[in-house]
Amino acid sequence: MSKAVELPRWIDVGVLPLLNLLLALVVSALLVLAIGENPVEVVEILLFGAFGYEEAWGYTLYYTTNFIFTGLAFAVAFHCGLFNIGAEGQAYVGGLGVTLAALYLDFLPFPIMLVVSMLAAMIFGAAWAYIPAYLQARRGSHVVITTIMFNFIASSLMVYLLVNVLRPQGSMTPESEQIAEHLRLPFIHDIAGALGIEMASSPLNLSFVYAIVISVMIWLFIWHTRWGYAIRTVGANAVAATYAGLEPGRFIIIAMMISGALSSFMALNEVMGVQHRLLIDFTAGYGFVGIAVALMGRNHPFGIFLAALLFGMLYQGGAELSFEIPTISNDMVVVIQGLVILFTGAMEHMFRPRATKIYTAWRLRRDAQEAV
Amino acid sequence: MSDTMHQMHGTGENGAVHPAIELRGIDKRFGAVHANKEIDLKVDKGTIHGIVGENGAGKSTLMSILYGFYQADGGTIHVDGELCDIKGSDDAISVGIGMVHQHFMLVETFSVLENVILGVEGGAVLRDGVSKAREELERLEREYSLNIDPDAIVGDLSVGLQQRVEILKALYRGAEILILDEPTGVLTPQEADHLFRILETLKEQGKTVVLITHKLREIMAATDNVSVMRQGEMVAHRKTAETSPEELSELMVGRKVLLRLEKGKANPADTVLKVDNLCVDNAQGVRKVKNATFTVRAGEIVGVAGVSGNGQSELLEALGGIRSAAEGSVELSGQDVTPGKGVDAAELRRRGVAHVPEDRHRMAMVTAFTAKEAAILGYEDDNTYQKGALLDWDAISKATANMMAEFDVRPNNPDLKAANFSGGNQQKLVLAREIMRDPELLLVGQPTRGVDIGAIEFIHKRIVAMRDAGKAVLLVSVELDEIMSLADRILVMCDGSIIGEVSAAEANERVLGLMMAGVDPKEAKAVEGQA
Repeated sequence: MSKAVELPRWIDVGVLPLLNLLLALVVSALLVLAIGENPVEVVEILLFGAFGYEEAWGYTLYYTTNFIFTGLAFAVAFHCGLFNIGAEGQAYVGGLGVTLAALYLDFLPFPIMLVVSMLAAMIFGAAWAYIPAYLQARRGSHVVITTIMFNFIASSLMVYLLVNVLRPQGSMTPESEQIAEHLRLPFIHDIAGALGIEMASSPLNLSFVYAIVISVMIWLFIWHTRWGYAIRTVGANAVAATYAGLEPGRFIIIAMMISGALSSFMALNEVMGVQHRLLIDFTAGYGFVGIAVALMGRNHPFGIFLAALLFGMLYQGGAELSFEIPTISNDMVVVIQGLVILFTGAMEHMFRPRATKIYTAWRLRRDAQEAV
Repeated sequence: MSDTMHQMHGTGENGAVHPAIELRGIDKRFGAVHANKEIDLKVDKGTIHGIVGENGAGKSTLMSILYGFYQADGGTIHVDGELCDIKGSDDAISVGIGMVHQHFMLVETFSVLENVILGVEGGAVLRDGVSKAREELERLEREYSLNIDPDAIVGDLSVGLQQRVEILKALYRGAEILILDEPTGVLTPQEADHLFRILETLKEQGKTVVLITHKLREIMAATDNVSVMRQGEMVAHRKTAETSPEELSELMVGRKVLLRLEKGKANPADTVLKVDNLCVDNAQGVRKVKNATFTVRAGEIVGVAGVSGNGQSELLEALGGIRSAAEGSVELSGQDVTPGKGVDAAELRRRGVAHVPEDRHRMAMVTAFTAKEAAILGYEDDNTYQKGALLDWDAISKATANMMAEFDVRPNNPDLKAANFSGGNQQKLVLAREIMRDPELLLVGQPTRGVDIGAIEFIHKRIVAMRDAGKAVLLVSVELDEIMSLADRILVMCDGSIIGEVSAAEANERVLGLMMAGVDPKEAKAVEGQA
């Protein structure tokens, strides 16, 4: 009976996230005031740090790349009704795949290596996601519990491997050998340079282009393929899926493995593109922030791109901020990022009832006027 | 009856007797939906007052306003002539209004007594309240002969008895006015009769009963007065004795409706579905279908009657490939299709089994999807829907528009969300999806549950048309009227077993009702003979 009036898309995906973001910034501003700094100045530095000069753009987009991958990873599982919070571990293990491929198959030429490293990342990431997926699909163990545990397992496993297996002899740091120069993903500024365009150097590399291509592919996959349809059906109504002959367990496993593979692409950016070796904790929380990115982007690749850009900006601008204003420590920047995650991710529905009310009242008045 | 009429004339300005409930100009909107438009209603004290209307006519909204779940946007409520401001169910209870919901609000693991005192325990320590409640329950029990053991665990009681616990709850809270929302949906005809006898007793004790239903038969059998709602408006008030089902249905729909379905004789041909000794367990391993053996032939409609929850759902789901068979076999045109061993819903669809499940929202469609997405559920791998590796949404859109035109689904808009169609239109879309595949066997469960009368007529005609086109149809329904008017043969299920078969010609409500309650068919017919 009490059918809620549906909000039009522009409010749902435009106005509401903006309101949430604004609220996050207002609360952040209060905090900044509390420690005696000028919020306006802080925003200026943040924006300038993220977009103010060429190099900043490069850094912002480099962070964005990670967020696109982990955001997409979360979204695909979410469309299947799964809350995959294991992107962190899946990316970590995916990084192992990339590194092993690059270290042991270094005789391959670069174009083949492009494909091989991608496959290696996918296989490792998907395999790491497969175990929780199987447990969820066939044994009913909740994927939230298992994926978070698998993050810890991945972390311990990688520490063991880095310290005991991958660490080159004589090295004191727990990290793998450098991967061969000819296998590294080219930086965008190098590509531009080769084309005769002068660009400031930044960690932005070819994987950003990957991220855009993958985003389009995921959009096609979710809304324009049979499997995407099946995954959405399982996510929205598993009983209806069974009725249709789409076995939910099967698509839970498929969605989780795709999710794991997407997370692992983050390793392409970090390992193949920037660090050129496997580092301890190179995932640095990007997997978790991906959850907020996906929720803020309404689990749509385009929304995820915008949300990823926002977080890329917060990361890069935030780093600049703590550099420029010493009283705003790095922790303070994390607090601001946390507020944005809190308001856009965890509390994304806070304004919805009010917005629905206002919109309904407005529409009723408009309808009444039209009737006259 | 003459009493009532006297009261009706005696109410009003001269103030001799006030009506138990009087609603004046009740108005309620949900967003753009105008659920109640300026509703006026008078319910006389000591009467049973029926409110009929199609789904979505606004009956439940009106009663929810009366019971304080919603606040009216306009209008006033008067109880016993006094203006009442009902802000919540507490207020409603305090002025003596009790409600028995369609879906019971009981704690299944509690005893009857514990359920009854829930919320009115009378203090932090239970003991005093409990002993007082026990006395009170015994008194109510004597007065209304409800036949309920106060120490029985509610979960162990039959649905009919659970409903009486709900009534008991309302009476215990001092209800003078009892509202029952679609109370007979889950009852056998005999249980429903018992309920009406209880309501009659309540009336004799001076209580007032408001009965909300869409079953005209019950209105005619049980009420003194009846009010008809249509599209949020109160369109008529009648004395039950002075009206007829035909008039009421016309008032409900707003046009003439064919209550009896006209259909020719069945011409059964070859056996299409052969079920042999089929047993089906539910997820908890409880056997829900026990040794079902029957056939369905091409060109006939076989109906499965039974009180909801007696294994019909599991039978239908097994035949549709959703549940596995625990024992026994199923053959489709001579080929083994026993569900479970590599035979799932998708495989059965490929072999020409269409399935309209009982529960539209839970199973037949994803309500969050658009109509075109809903229209390919189960058929998403059809060749005409593919364009390379991708789905061909243009073709799907066209196919959906075609289905919607053929089955009169309104609005004809493949991009509208499934949830935004009315129940009847959702059901027509599901039927279109399944029937337009031209299946050999149509499995159909509760085809008209939550569907308005106009659409019921259409759906029934379509099912009969399937039969006349030489297809086999298996119909599961808890609406006896529906089974009797559609089916050529009727199987009756009770506690998982098919306890008998009755041909449509010799079926009547009493025999079917007794069989549904587990009485052996021969005995049932003998009892019927005596009556």
